[in-house]
Amino acid sequence: MFKLKKNVAISESGFLFVPSTGDSFSVNPVGITIIHELQKGSAEDNILTAIAEVYEVDRNIAEKDLYDFLHKLKQLNLIENDNED
Amino acid sequence: MKINIGVTGLNATDNPGPGIGVIRAIKECKDLDVRIIGLSYDVMEPGIYLHQFTDKVYQIPLPAAGQSVLMERLKYIHSKEKLDLIIPNFDAELFSFIKLSPELSAMGIKTFLPELEQFEERHKYKLNEFGEKHKLNIPKSLTVTRLDDITRATDAFDFPMVVKGKYYEAYIAYTSEQIHTYYHKISAKWGLPIIIQEFIRGIEYNVAALGDGKGNTIGAIPQRKLVLTDKGKGWAGIAVDDPSLVAMTHDIIRKTKWRSGMELELMKDEKDKIYLIEINPRLPAWIYFTAGVGQNLPAALVKLALGHEVKPFTTYAAGKMFIRYSLDHVCDLKEFEKISTTGEL
Repeated sequence: MFKLKKNVAISESGFLFVPSTGDSFSVNPVGITIIHELQKGSAEDNILTAIAEVYEVDRNIAEKDLYDFLHKLKQLNLIENDNED
Repeated sequence: MKINIGVTGLNATDNPGPGIGVIRAIKECKDLDVRIIGLSYDVMEPGIYLHQFTDKVYQIPLPAAGQSVLMERLKYIHSKEKLDLIIPNFDAELFSFIKLSPELSAMGIKTFLPELEQFEERHKYKLNEFGEKHKLNIPKSLTVTRLDDITRATDAFDFPMVVKGKYYEAYIAYTSEQIHTYYHKISAKWGLPIIIQEFIRGIEYNVAALGDGKGNTIGAIPQRKLVLTDKGKGWAGIAVDDPSLVAMTHDIIRKTKWRSGMELELMKDEKDKIYLIEINPRLPAWIYFTAGVGQNLPAALVKLALGHEVKPFTTYAAGKMFIRYSLDHVCDLKEFEKISTTGEL
């Protein structure tokens, strides 16, 4: 399960800020949904359900997009995998 | 009673000196009533004409003219202005001001500068020894005074490498030919030696800090540059909340008992290891930002210099940004004429 790093802040408009490095990013509404779910500690399956429900999208497509997005967040050092602890 | 402060570094250009930032921060401090005497080297330094910052300006001789010439000029300025304090802001002039500080002190002019030994040991070309002495992570580097020495560097480090001048300028070289080019470019401008340094991959941070000379850090603001000019100068930056950068600053100030303002250039690699890249022995050009985020370091420096007790700052507003801008200031030719012909304005 992925977890958003503790020091990452996100605003309602989708502005992501990392106070320790000064990095900032903008994410779209789907990104905001995913990050809010990560903040709640939701598992990938639950995040998928949330996206599929809100955006009425095919689950397979949503799954591919979700993992692409999580990969990007991992690359940017914004999330960590619980299993890595 | 007003405090008369002499300040250098009025060149608020695209390669700015710290003077205007220092003055702006001091003037915003409600505890201080100051009169600013600008000390300029060139008649085109914008701070000469910005009267909201400088109340009076005098030209002073370049460091190459020697300390006695500088002292004569300072005596003249002091006879007119009754200086209480001088804050020099250029690396290249610090040696002269440190050497002259006992004489200045005898005249009643205070300074708040590093000891000569502190100033000398942190030179870029001595950084390896400095790191060993104080147990700090420093990128490996070689000091080069002859072209033949460049092969020692190409044998010792992998490309890219950083080629640096004694005081200013740094370039990243990807080939041996580029090292030769930068060697000539930098040495023609700033002289020898040239420093060739191992390139550290990571994120660069800068910390503006103030040490009280007893090992205490009065304040420290870490920032990350967000925009660089083609000269590599920060044109925008953000205050970051990274306790490890502040801790390293405290460590350096404690070990060196640094007395004065300073700017640390730090590099944090992918494994979060922090390297000290450089110590600039004065406040940086972006120093006003420290006042903007809650630690007015120039004002604290003035208070320390005057012998007041200053409590260390403990917090700052991380996440605040600065963006520099350029502005056309309109002034009368008479002003240019006066500073050019009389050396005063």
